[in-house]
Amino acid sequence: MNSRRQFLKTSGALIVGFGASGLIARFGISQGINGTGSNQLDSWIAIAADGSVTAYTGKCELGHGLYTAQTQLIAEELSVPFNRVKLIQCDTALTPDQGTTSGAQSHPTNFNQANLALAGATAREVLIQRAAIRLNVSADQLTAKDGVVVARADATKRISYGDLIAGQKFGAALSTNAKRKPATEWTILGKPIPRIDIPAMATAQFEYVHNVRVPGMLHGQVIRPPAVGATLVNVDESSINGMPGVVKVVVRKNFVGVVAEKPWQAIQAAGKLKVTWTPGSGLPDHATFHDYMRSQKPTRDTFTVNSKDVDEKIAGSAKVLKATYLYPYQMHGSFASSCAVADVQGDRATIWSPTQAVHPLKSSTAMLLGLRAENVHVIFRMASGCYGCNGADTVSYDAALLSQGAGKPVRVQLTRKDEMAWENYGYAFVLDERVGLDGAGNIVAWDHEAWSPVMGGRPGGNAPGNVVTGMLAGFEPAAFAARSPAPDPANFGNMSNAVPSYVTGCVGARCGGTGKIASQRVLTHNIRSPFFTGPLRSPERLQNTFAHESFMDEIAAAVKADPVEYRLRHLADPRLIKVLREATTTANWDTRPSPRPNNSRTGVVTGRGVSCVLYEGDNGYCAVVAEVEVNQTTGAVVVKRLTLANDCGPISNPNGLSNQLEGGALQGVSRALLEEVTWDDQKVTSIDWKTYSPLHLSAEVPIIRTVLVNMPNERAMGAGETAVTVVPAAIANAIFDATGARLRQVPFTPERVKAALAARA
Amino acid sequence: MVFNLKVNGQTRRVDVDPTTPLLDVLSDDLELRGPKFGCGLGQCGSCTVITKGEAIRSCVTPVSSIGNSEITTLEGLGTVEKPHALQKAFIDEQAMQCGFCVNGVIMTAKAFLDKNPTASPSQIRQAMSGVLCRCAAHMRMMSAIQKYATEVKR
Repeated sequence: MNSRRQFLKTSGALIVGFGASGLIARFGISQGINGTGSNQLDSWIAIAADGSVTAYTGKCELGHGLYTAQTQLIAEELSVPFNRVKLIQCDTALTPDQGTTSGAQSHPTNFNQANLALAGATAREVLIQRAAIRLNVSADQLTAKDGVVVARADATKRISYGDLIAGQKFGAALSTNAKRKPATEWTILGKPIPRIDIPAMATAQFEYVHNVRVPGMLHGQVIRPPAVGATLVNVDESSINGMPGVVKVVVRKNFVGVVAEKPWQAIQAAGKLKVTWTPGSGLPDHATFHDYMRSQKPTRDTFTVNSKDVDEKIAGSAKVLKATYLYPYQMHGSFASSCAVADVQGDRATIWSPTQAVHPLKSSTAMLLGLRAENVHVIFRMASGCYGCNGADTVSYDAALLSQGAGKPVRVQLTRKDEMAWENYGYAFVLDERVGLDGAGNIVAWDHEAWSPVMGGRPGGNAPGNVVTGMLAGFEPAAFAARSPAPDPANFGNMSNAVPSYVTGCVGARCGGTGKIASQRVLTHNIRSPFFTGPLRSPERLQNTFAHESFMDEIAAAVKADPVEYRLRHLADPRLIKVLREATTTANWDTRPSPRPNNSRTGVVTGRGVSCVLYEGDNGYCAVVAEVEVNQTTGAVVVKRLTLANDCGPISNPNGLSNQLEGGALQGVSRALLEEVTWDDQKVTSIDWKTYSPLHLSAEVPIIRTVLVNMPNERAMGAGETAVTVVPAAIANAIFDATGARLRQVPFTPERVKAALAARA
Repeated sequence: MVFNLKVNGQTRRVDVDPTTPLLDVLSDDLELRGPKFGCGLGQCGSCTVITKGEAIRSCVTPVSSIGNSEITTLEGLGTVEKPHALQKAFIDEQAMQCGFCVNGVIMTAKAFLDKNPTASPSQIRQAMSGVLCRCAAHMRMMSAIQKYATEVKR
């Protein structure tokens, strides 16, 4: 294993440690999404005597190409060849605490004037300053290339990074004034460099967390309750007496698991172990769940914007339009059942985990196991794509509890059912939209009110009960803090995209919105969820954007305006306007109102729809045109083409960016057309790929075109979640264009399409 | 019970419960990284290996049912240095994101195209039913398979 200590021994460099005291001080305090980072250069970069560079990052590869992009970043900023950089990612003993790799925050955090990028720029300046002394040439007369500092005027005056730094640490703080290389001068970053990890993945050499093997390792299986709210009555250990390979039954409050020598033995023992549970607490009716959400008390109420004139403006408007949109719980449904390996020996623990959050997991696992945080070591190993808070943290706790119980290293790989029935689902939503229009058909006021259930979430550093294993082991999910009425917003922020793109977003003196409508109110009610919830790719942003962008289309249709032209009338942000124009131009947008004139009301018809957003209010612009085919006999929808335009500032790797946009867009198709978590009166019934069926590889999928709008002089933004956010509304709008039928409930199943067709005027 | 499995051209001796899924033997006892556990139900394809020219789901195949058949896993096709043409097509097209499903995609496509070298694009797509990619890299994957299929036809 590539340990930092081994590296230091061989490289001769010295590294400033990340004092455990900081973590202890924070123990019990929720950690921010981007952690604390480090202001010490040696925390980020080490250069060995042979000139090889090791960089350390707290933002990990999740299948989105970040490992390669961060390697490009360091090679570029340091002026060293790409293949001379080795990146070490997400290990609590080695890498800075950068919180969680999530929320499309990796680019904003590590590619702007801070953290990893700043470390690269600072290191280059320090090296040039040292070379100035060694070569007796002033720093401004020196240039760095391929890991060598050379005098501009005399190429014989040169010294390599290895010679400059070997045997020393940098001993410098990150310099906020360090000059980044302008994107216009990039030779490595910004290029479509193939991903470092793909050859190993394609040839079965890549080590996923599932492949981690530790000497003496045993295998565990968990036994989850049969119903939501069921608690443990009794475990009859004699029921598996004599079964081969069984090592231990571990019970901790309502947590039950078995440990055996081999995986198959653990699975068989888990199936045979006689466990008695209380009945479940019962679940609300699935079919009427959206009414249930609207009526639940107590609520936690939040105003994102409130100009306090919305009712008055709407009352005085020429025309009022309203609509309600419904969104189901959806699941991460990671392709690989989650897996982790834990080795808990006495007061120390090592966890190999696919978590997005190694440092927070270190703290929360310490709580779970009753250990000191500084004695827990979490090492990231990749699993399949997580798309948010999937089973990664839960299975890490499972492995930790079973290892602590067995006193041996234990690997746990969840069953498909355990993965799906208990994960932290993406949020269900009910969304009411209402606008007032003036005599010319322009929007004068926009009112948005939504209800959404929450429970648990990411465990962070101090809430193991936010995921199922922690709760079963005796920790409560974070308390639901009821609050009603909502206080006035203090600052503008559109992290959840609750605010539509077409309003000014004014709170106090600052207007952070992307639109022109001044009269605006956005109110969200959170209620208690019967199921665990957590961030799922574009959490809340997708649901809110589905409502806003569908409603905008309904308004445009009501005033017989072209949906693009109508959006442009209400938009102010030039970059959002730009991606909207790029997508529609590339898609040869047919400018006219929807629905499409002269489409037959029977048989197969086609249509186009559009949607756009500034993700999280400040983190990536995206617009999409969807072209669909609707079979009005069967209700089947096929998306034929998606044309996306995306602006995330300077592009780190165009091929990686396209890959993200394509995958996000197609995941959006799957979520819009197919995905919904179901349950009966006791338990979740979406427990495998037949009862929760996303797009298979045999599905007819759209041709996806991506227009990459490169903005080299802007700050870097995220791009992993923009495409998925805009796709569902664009599909609904295209279905309307094709048929005149409006789909207001996700997913757009054939039954719902047929019902909407039957209901059209 | 002792089994002498023929895996990627080698005979490997294992002593396991005969009901053990072939996947467990390959990934745990033999520590191969190609076949993977995705669902354990034969629904996703990640455990796919090729035997007797057929792509089979090793997670629902008891080790005792394999007998003397030669088993080929993803690592049996090629290496990083010398990838199989289908693996190379996936690398060239950057046709994956997390890469976890790639075993099922490549092995299923390989077995199908070995038997049906002149298959049309829609026949190839049909052959991939029951194979999942949750990152939704469908477009690149189908393009990589098609690229390989075109080479095979030539």
